[in-house]
Amino acid sequence: MPNEKNIKNVVLDTLWRDNPIFRQILGICSALAVTNLVLNTMVMGAAVMFTTALSSLTVSLLRRWTPRVVRMMIETLIIAFYVILFDQTLRAYWPDMSRSLGPYVGLIITNCIIMGRAEAFANSNKPGLSLIDGLLSGLGYAVVLLAVAVIRELFGMGTILGIPMPFFSSNLWDRWIIMVMPPGAFFTLAIIVWIFRTLQFSKQIEAKGTGK
Amino acid sequence: MTITTYALHLLVILFASIFTENILLARFLGMCSFLSVSRQVKTALGLGIAVVFVMTCTVVLDWLAFQYVLKPFAIEYLRYIIFIIIIAAFVQFIEMVIERYSPVLYQNLGIFLPLITVNCAILGASLFMVIREYNLGEGVVFGLGSGIGWMLAILAMAGIREKLNNTYIPRGLQGPGITLILAGLMALAFIGFTGVLTSK
Repeated sequence: MPNEKNIKNVVLDTLWRDNPIFRQILGICSALAVTNLVLNTMVMGAAVMFTTALSSLTVSLLRRWTPRVVRMMIETLIIAFYVILFDQTLRAYWPDMSRSLGPYVGLIITNCIIMGRAEAFANSNKPGLSLIDGLLSGLGYAVVLLAVAVIRELFGMGTILGIPMPFFSSNLWDRWIIMVMPPGAFFTLAIIVWIFRTLQFSKQIEAKGTGK
Repeated sequence: MTITTYALHLLVILFASIFTENILLARFLGMCSFLSVSRQVKTALGLGIAVVFVMTCTVVLDWLAFQYVLKPFAIEYLRYIIFIIIIAAFVQFIEMVIERYSPVLYQNLGIFLPLITVNCAILGASLFMVIREYNLGEGVVFGLGSGIGWMLAILAMAGIREKLNNTYIPRGLQGPGITLILAGLMALAFIGFTGVLTSK
């Protein structure tokens, strides 16, 4: 069983200190396109969490029997397996959502975060810890995208989850059409990254000051 | 459909995939390498050429596999795995061919080929091809256009970033932040092309 301290470190690392989107803007390809609606983003975030968690668990369970030379191929197949599972379920029970997400569910396979977690963590850690790590990496990713989606839908259409918001859906607010179009996604993510990095730098400087 | 209208139809697909529906700026595919390999024009050009070539070929291969293997056996849901394997195998094959016959080209482009297997734009182009039910001709043109569009975007970005080296940028915005803002401005510029197609 993983001990307390390890879990706490894993939680902090994946959600804040090493959040994949903030650190390196990894893996946004497969998801930025669906951030114009909060609902789509929630489904996409769930898909990424599901895939990351279960593929990390599987990779970790199989790590003793996986030959090192072909491990990338096996990891890709494991990830693809879970993505297909999610895609088929979505298509069967929520066809409208499946259509509006288009090819982006399938593109989760090439999401660098999932492969990154499998390579960097699940390959050398116990199954339980890997599951938690995968789940939280997916969560950290989903939270950032959700933030982007909330801003885009609110400013662009005056709604959140399709529900009109008090001020933004009234005549007082001119809807920013640009926010629902592709450039809006770039600008919103850029500003969120900017805020996060500035916060991190100021914390670093503080830490250095007290260290002396 | 007569030959001229078909040619025009293909031309529209080509133009749309390069400008109005740029796979990078409007569809957000291939962002990872776009953000990390856009520091110099020279490397961006190398990667861009490799993407154009691989994307055109893999769309054709994936189209053939989808029409003649996946559809007859009714295993369309396996397309993600099949496409990924085809792309990886093709890239590996090209790498070996280039290494064997053209060492100069290998030195210049060789390092970019492994990067392409994980480039989501390549897989994305094939998936769009399936969803939009393109025939072979449309697929080729779409793959070519998407590749050119991607190359155009990364070249322009590399050019701008080379100039940015001498500029003051706030610390938190350096690196990915400023690149995202630039990408947003470029996406705005590319949206301007939309009018060309609709007004025709």
